[in-house]
Amino acid sequence: MDWITWLIWVIKSLVLILGLLTGFAYLTLYERRALARIQTRIGPNRAGPQGLLQPIADAVKLIFKEELTPAKADKLIFFLAPIITMVPSLVIAAVIPWGTSVRMFGREITLYMADINVGVLYLMAIASIAVYGIVLAGWSSNNKYAMLGGLRSTAQMISYEISLGLSFVTVILLADSMRMLDIVEAQSGLWFVFIQPVGALIFLTATLAEVNRAPFDMPEAEQELTAGYHSEYSGMKFALFFMAEYQKMIVISAIAATVFFGGFRGPFVDQIPWLGPLYLFIKVVILLFGMIWVRATFPRIRYDRLMALGWKILLPLALAIVFITATGILLAQQFGAAFMWFIPVVSLMAGFVAVVAIDRTLRRKYHATR
Amino acid sequence: MRLVEPVVELGRGLYRTFASMFEKPVTIQYPEVKRPVRPRFRGRHVLKRYENGLEKCIGCALCAAACPSDAIFVEAAENTDEHRFSPGERYASTYEINMMRCIFCGYCEDACPTEAIVLGDNYELSFTSREQAIYPKEMLLEPVPDTAMLTPREVEPGKFNRSVPEMKDSQD
Repeated sequence: MDWITWLIWVIKSLVLILGLLTGFAYLTLYERRALARIQTRIGPNRAGPQGLLQPIADAVKLIFKEELTPAKADKLIFFLAPIITMVPSLVIAAVIPWGTSVRMFGREITLYMADINVGVLYLMAIASIAVYGIVLAGWSSNNKYAMLGGLRSTAQMISYEISLGLSFVTVILLADSMRMLDIVEAQSGLWFVFIQPVGALIFLTATLAEVNRAPFDMPEAEQELTAGYHSEYSGMKFALFFMAEYQKMIVISAIAATVFFGGFRGPFVDQIPWLGPLYLFIKVVILLFGMIWVRATFPRIRYDRLMALGWKILLPLALAIVFITATGILLAQQFGAAFMWFIPVVSLMAGFVAVVAIDRTLRRKYHATR
Repeated sequence: MRLVEPVVELGRGLYRTFASMFEKPVTIQYPEVKRPVRPRFRGRHVLKRYENGLEKCIGCALCAAACPSDAIFVEAAENTDEHRFSPGERYASTYEINMMRCIFCGYCEDACPTEAIVLGDNYELSFTSREQAIYPKEMLLEPVPDTAMLTPREVEPGKFNRSVPEMKDSQD
């Protein structure tokens, strides 16, 4: 453990954090441009070529805005809440592997911060911490709307984290490991999204709820809650919440890419390790576009329906998926690898049953209102 | 098909938004590109001239009388053949419109007996002080193509005695 190892760690974490911060800035631009195109507009194109300097203009604006603290707020917690929300969204990125390792300056440098053998557990744990910041922000600003936003956020995150965790379990079963690197290596043949498509769908749905994105952006419903938990925040404190939300989007897309879409794996990545980060980046950009696309398409769903979807549809479906995956792996071990096809086929059947259940519920409600 | 309708409907929504990405944007890049205004658009006022360069306005102040928000102020003075602004006896020596009061109703246009005041196409009316909101005659008058047509000017006597011209019905 010489000092150069420490230096490498410091440089790697700096690169990671700066990358996420710039990623956040340009994700806002990406989202605004993509949304604009979907709405047949052009979007911000004034600041710099094609609006490339728009994030900088936004940052300058936010920095110079006045910061207000409500008179009856709990000052300490009001101050801490943005930080508690912000830090996990950076820390969580540490276990995402961007590649295996490259040789630089005569040293073998790994393209990930930490390779812990309980990587998935770490992800789940850190992802849950962020909700504290949101709840504390809602509570400490001493505002009814903010409080409601915070509470909704807790309820929503707890509900969807279970489905999220269960879809992680299917990945752990398939990869037979909780290390992120092992999970990626296990997908060198076939991505897990093909083996467990329903699991991937549950994962993507639950992550939308987890990062408070439309159509599950209940905690910050502008129309009903006047922006929810961050109503009372302004200036840089608000920017921190904003940042946390977008960084969580990036990180969760990277996680989705890692566990279901083959991570940094792609053609020729074994020969040229530098392709790893590139492939992961492309996958993240595509997944982020998916999030923006969904936001542009679907209206926010009602709160009781959100809860009903989480508890009555996604949770039983996720449990069934875990069971089916385990059964499929056992069958494959007993009767040969061909039985792996049991998993996607039966999972899709279970998904079909869930869709039929939604259809029946909606129809019943439709007729009840007549 | 009926059973998987929720999924089909979600897919249709996603397809619709994705397809709209490839439509031509409706945005007009405003300061560089301006959308032409409609024929009856009521923008900033213009004081018109005859083809020979004489002002149409005869200072009758009917526009000021018709103005519901009292935005127009007119003062008239006498024309002479050596010093002629407009045909007829009188011309507007002062003509001011207060753009903070004007509601762009177009009644001044209707009241004008010589069709001198017209609401034009200009809608870019920003100013930074109250004084700048008052548009004097020099700003409102239509520019002339060459300096020989400037008013006041000397004209041959007895030619421009009729103050209100022959009128035709308006076209649009």
